[in-house]
Amino acid sequence: MPWITRGLRHGVVTTRWPARDDAYQGSWRGVVDAIPEDVPTAERGAIEALCPTSAISADDEGLRLDRGRCILCGYCVNLRPDLFAWSLGAATAVASRTTLVVPARPETNEAIDATRDELAARTKMLRRSVHVRHVDAGSDGSEEWEILALLNPVYDIHRLGIFFTASPRHADILLVTGVGGTGMLAPLARTLEAMPTPPVVVAAGTEAISGGLVHPTYATSGGIGGALQVDVWVPGSPPSPFSLLHGLLLAVGRLT
Amino acid sequence: MSAQLEQPAGTATERAWRQHVVDRVESGDRFAGMHGTATGSGVRLTAVVSTDDGFDLIDTELDAETLRYPSLSAWLPAANWYEREICDTFGLRPVGHPRLDPLVLPLGNDSRPRPRPGSAASIPRTTPDEAALPLQVLGAGLFTIPHGPVRSGVFESVEYLVETPGEDIPHVGIRVFAKHRGIERRFQDVGVHDGVLLAERVEGIASVAHALAYCHAIESLAGVEISRSAAMVRVLFAELERIANHLDVAMKLCDAAGLAVATARFGVHKETTMRLIGSMCGSRFGRGVVVLGGVSALPELSAGEVGHRLTDLEAAIRADVAPLMRTPSFLDRLRRTGPLSADLARTHGALGPIGRASGFDDDDRRRRPYDGYTWLDVPTAVVVPDGDATARLRVRWDEVCSSFTLAQETVADLLDATDTTLRVPLGAAPGRGVGWAEAPQGEVLYIVELDDDRIVRCKPRSASFHNLVLFHDVFAGDILTDFPFIEASFGLSIAGVAG
Repeated sequence: MPWITRGLRHGVVTTRWPARDDAYQGSWRGVVDAIPEDVPTAERGAIEALCPTSAISADDEGLRLDRGRCILCGYCVNLRPDLFAWSLGAATAVASRTTLVVPARPETNEAIDATRDELAARTKMLRRSVHVRHVDAGSDGSEEWEILALLNPVYDIHRLGIFFTASPRHADILLVTGVGGTGMLAPLARTLEAMPTPPVVVAAGTEAISGGLVHPTYATSGGIGGALQVDVWVPGSPPSPFSLLHGLLLAVGRLT
Repeated sequence: MSAQLEQPAGTATERAWRQHVVDRVESGDRFAGMHGTATGSGVRLTAVVSTDDGFDLIDTELDAETLRYPSLSAWLPAANWYEREICDTFGLRPVGHPRLDPLVLPLGNDSRPRPRPGSAASIPRTTPDEAALPLQVLGAGLFTIPHGPVRSGVFESVEYLVETPGEDIPHVGIRVFAKHRGIERRFQDVGVHDGVLLAERVEGIASVAHALAYCHAIESLAGVEISRSAAMVRVLFAELERIANHLDVAMKLCDAAGLAVATARFGVHKETTMRLIGSMCGSRFGRGVVVLGGVSALPELSAGEVGHRLTDLEAAIRADVAPLMRTPSFLDRLRRTGPLSADLARTHGALGPIGRASGFDDDDRRRRPYDGYTWLDVPTAVVVPDGDATARLRVRWDEVCSSFTLAQETVADLLDATDTTLRVPLGAAPGRGVGWAEAPQGEVLYIVELDDDRIVRCKPRSASFHNLVLFHDVFAGDILTDFPFIEASFGLSIAGVAG
């Protein structure tokens, strides 16, 4: 009995995001931006070497940073604040792998829109009843914490009609974390096989996108992209709950 | 009583090595792990044994032709999983091992190349062979319920084979290999400084503790003392990590008991804790804070603000713990569930809250203090002998209280700090160092071997690896519906086990 009053006593703690702004979401260091600038040839090697996961490239086309490789260690931001900066906000998920490379190449915009439209058309029927099956394909355990956080009252993902399901047969979305450990590729394929078609696959976290710092070893893949057709990419090591939420909403075309 | 080791396996040197390790443990030291290192001439086996103020590494060298060595497990059951791991990664067979099934990398075919950590030779991409593990269920009417590797819910991948006649659980098989990432070999490819980032990803929910243990190993080699401010910042993040982990366990226990409001309340407290960590450093897991030689920065919040938030959080948690520990429908599910005997906890050297809940306590923060703990007074832990899930939860609540006390003390210390050095430079120091830190799950050990500025071998030994094997022994009289309680009460991470 005391639990009923304990539950009511604290009022509503749930965020209204994405319908309304959320201060925490807006202040979150979700990804790193590369400031477009010509880098002198002599400095290029040193700038690329700043990054432990080779996310930075500096060549004649300019400076680029692959958010799909970035593990948010902040080395580049701390050492070269003139070239790199934190980008605030947790709305970091994208529907195409190339979009994760910033600054974006202008010619890719059309293709990106087409990808996003195709995904939205595919998931239109899901509306406000979306079931997600999570599979850990070799994560470090932190991604699972952030996914579980979506169920706490602060994020309360149920308010958006999104639910986690135990059975792949009930699942619309496959949410995959981890580097694509070789031991998980077969179970991952079996899970996908058991899902209704067409499935929507979300790669959650830098490790699931590119393998991050853990890849390469004899037992990892560079993310899950080689094993599955990924629809949504959520960068971060691990991605924050808001970023994961953004990725799921993007997958079902519920973002304007 | 001194064990007489008469089985004629291995050379005289190898048998002497085993006798030495066994003698040390019989004299009261704790067996803390064992690993192999590929060297130019073969394999070096290293047993790690605790001392009063650190750890001893006891080596024996096997030459390249040697494929067998005398097993420790018959005398030291705690060595069981370590020898299985060494068999998987080196292909070395311990003679006399009670049950040498594959653990982290089942290959089936002996001729496939093994990872051999320490070796620089590249090995091809390796896929574990699921069929290489024996499936054997013995007993009238017994059948197996496989849980995993894809679990029902948001879990890390692991397969529990629950053998049951329908209700009781006479045996649980544990298969952790699905998540194996080969992370020990990966350490050899990253630089010494980037190794901290990799250590944070060995067991993500204990990022700070892993980073600390890794740094301690290298700092001890270089012989540097970090500044007092840096030492205090390290403690602050380590204690917040402990609070978040214990709240996670409480949340999962409440969820298993179907207490929706309590699950929600502890979920909110955990979120508040992780947001506090995140607003101090930009990472909700405290990543990037610990660096070699100190910390990367002071908390981004003022010490006073951190103190206020800690006070509020502690009051909020206490207000929910009190009714939880008086809720009969919850306590009934935990009482006498998953009992670990005091004898087994002591002989195994059970780490962290699991050990303390069965009367065995060897807390590195008190016994082998490091960083800020050398100045702080770590409150004496509650050590209870009951060994059940209730005891483990009581120990965790006690640790949460002492974590708040310690965190507040670091905040007070940072407010008065005059020394503003955060990071001292580290010179190159070849050799082999041992580092340790008390993670929320228990002691984390790192054995790091450096050659100038390159990692030759890095062996992380998580508390999860050492403790998970005890899962076999805690199902006495428990039934299927107790399983989630027992699993949650252990509070371990599979990433730290599978490697």
